[in-house]
Amino acid sequence: MFNVKSLIVLTCIAFPMTAFAQSPEEKGLEIAMAAKAYDRGFTDFTANMVMTLKNKSGQTSKRLIRIRSLEVEGDGDKSLSIFDEPADVKGTKMLTYSHGLEADDQWLYLPALKKVKRISSRNKSGPFMGSTFAFEDLSSQEVEKYTYKYLRDEACGELSCYVIERYPAYKFSGYTRQIAWIDTEAYRMVKVEFYDRKKSLLKTLVSSDFQQFLGHYWRPGLMDMVNHQTGKSTLLEWKDYEFKTGLGDRDFRSQTLKRIK
Amino acid sequence: MHRSLCCFGLLSLAANVSAEYSGNVAIETQHYSESAQFDDQFDDNVTLSFQPKWDGEWNDGDDLWSLEFFLRADNKDAGREHADVREALWLHVDGDSEWRVGINTMFWGVTESQHLVDVINQIDQVEGIDGEDKLGQPMIHLKRYQDWGVVDLLLLPAFRERTFQEKQGRLRTPLVVDTDQAQYESSDEDRHLDYSLRFSQTWGDLDLGLSWFKGTSRDPLLLAGFDGAGNPALIPFYEQMEQLGIDAQLIYLDWIWRLEFIRREAESNDYNAYTAGFEYTFYGIMESAVDLGMLLEYSSDDRPEGEAGAFDNDVFLGARFAFNDAQSSEILAGFVIDSDNRSRTFRVEGNRRFGESWKGTLELQTFSNIDPDDVLAVFENDDFVLLEMAYYF
Repeated sequence: MFNVKSLIVLTCIAFPMTAFAQSPEEKGLEIAMAAKAYDRGFTDFTANMVMTLKNKSGQTSKRLIRIRSLEVEGDGDKSLSIFDEPADVKGTKMLTYSHGLEADDQWLYLPALKKVKRISSRNKSGPFMGSTFAFEDLSSQEVEKYTYKYLRDEACGELSCYVIERYPAYKFSGYTRQIAWIDTEAYRMVKVEFYDRKKSLLKTLVSSDFQQFLGHYWRPGLMDMVNHQTGKSTLLEWKDYEFKTGLGDRDFRSQTLKRIK
Repeated sequence: MHRSLCCFGLLSLAANVSAEYSGNVAIETQHYSESAQFDDQFDDNVTLSFQPKWDGEWNDGDDLWSLEFFLRADNKDAGREHADVREALWLHVDGDSEWRVGINTMFWGVTESQHLVDVINQIDQVEGIDGEDKLGQPMIHLKRYQDWGVVDLLLLPAFRERTFQEKQGRLRTPLVVDTDQAQYESSDEDRHLDYSLRFSQTWGDLDLGLSWFKGTSRDPLLLAGFDGAGNPALIPFYEQMEQLGIDAQLIYLDWIWRLEFIRREAESNDYNAYTAGFEYTFYGIMESAVDLGMLLEYSSDDRPEGEAGAFDNDVFLGARFAFNDAQSSEILAGFVIDSDNRSRTFRVEGNRRFGESWKGTLELQTFSNIDPDDVLAVFENDDFVLLEMAYYF
């Protein structure tokens, strides 16, 4: 039995994938795994985020959030969001241990009460800070969060893209499916369409202004999420990315939330 | 030689210390709908508060400092006009240990309707009767992270007296509390060295805290006496006490279960009290972005009737609406009902952001069907509505 398994594994490695009649599902999964593998090893990063919310009539409101993120092998990443603006939420911090198919662990530090509060996070489909981004749109990309289906190759701007459909495996996702455009060269996700529980088009995310860090890892400078049903949109501008800054588990403890600057 | 070294050291230190300034200034108006129960109490009031904060770090974040003040100007209630140092702290991080020296404000516990376990800081009662406004507490605090949990050890060398309304103030006792005559069981008075120990740990979806406190009780007994002018008054008497506390929170699906339990031993009384209950959240109600949390908590206090606190056999039933909109609008509404005598308090608090820097809060509180023997009988005519506009910077 062991030998048969090993043989299959060896065969898969030895033969290029084109040698098999691959199903669209297999090809979709393969692309997702390759994208995850490409990004593996970033260890940690810090960045500043300017979030601009825009409603139907064009009124805007702005948030400044500092992000710290730690790669966790075999699980979702740990991340810390520190709010600097608007001023009334300054000093609010949100700590998330994300998990692929289970509820995340999440803590909130409320500066007015000086209280760390553990919050329920089973629902990942709610809006983040009143924006068009849901918590699940901003959490770390894990292969097991979706099942996949490859649709086609297509030009996307100056790049060429795989177009894959993905179906959330998380029971409480707000979506029935997403269509993602992923570039064939470095697996940059340049566009995602989100379909709601009624299967109609809800949102489109367009990422642009990609920059490469440490000669390998690509991150978007701009992410624009438009909600087609409400007419609202949210623009994220990512600035001051730094990788491998030396962050560790110690920097992502719920009990230290109060003191973190 | 030494002197120049020292000065050089200080200069380089100053150059690397970061500093940030933030805070808020707020105007608040209150209106009491019923005429006052006691002489001299006001019906309407306008007050101002100012809460500036400075903080920063040096040594790559291994040392931090913070300074936070609270000031309130109130021309009708002299008891409410006060200033306090909420924080004046030096914090040093040494691997898995953290040292805090100075004045600090902290929060322990999990339940929503009352805060039994949270005994480190004195309550700034003139700011609110919910126990969530607190006076800064001088302390030396060591926090240590271990694989098996987090340990907090606190030495509290000085005591803060509770704040009370003076005779013009609403939400007061019939006789005014004369804080100038505060008495203590300990001959060390407000310099008694209190100490506290806490252990806390998270196992999956369960958070547990065990705490122990020995020292001056933050809750005074109010004894009959006379003020300086010879009028009848209440004299606060601060006993020595020992308290064991347990706080636990369990998240299960969309439920959050919460428990706080205390065992308190003092000269006047040995007693147990607890608050237990849950919050259940409906996400995105009626296909909107609004989340609705339903809260139910029960509180018990086994002291004899008349000596127990306001939560002696009470049910808290509440609803929390989080609108998840750009203005971060929220409403929390709830009843507290005494199961013995059906006395009822109702409170609703809503707030939202205006523009980028303003926040408005509307609060309404009513006391109804209050039993003459209930602790709350003194607040019977104190239904109020409060509006606050705060500017944050």
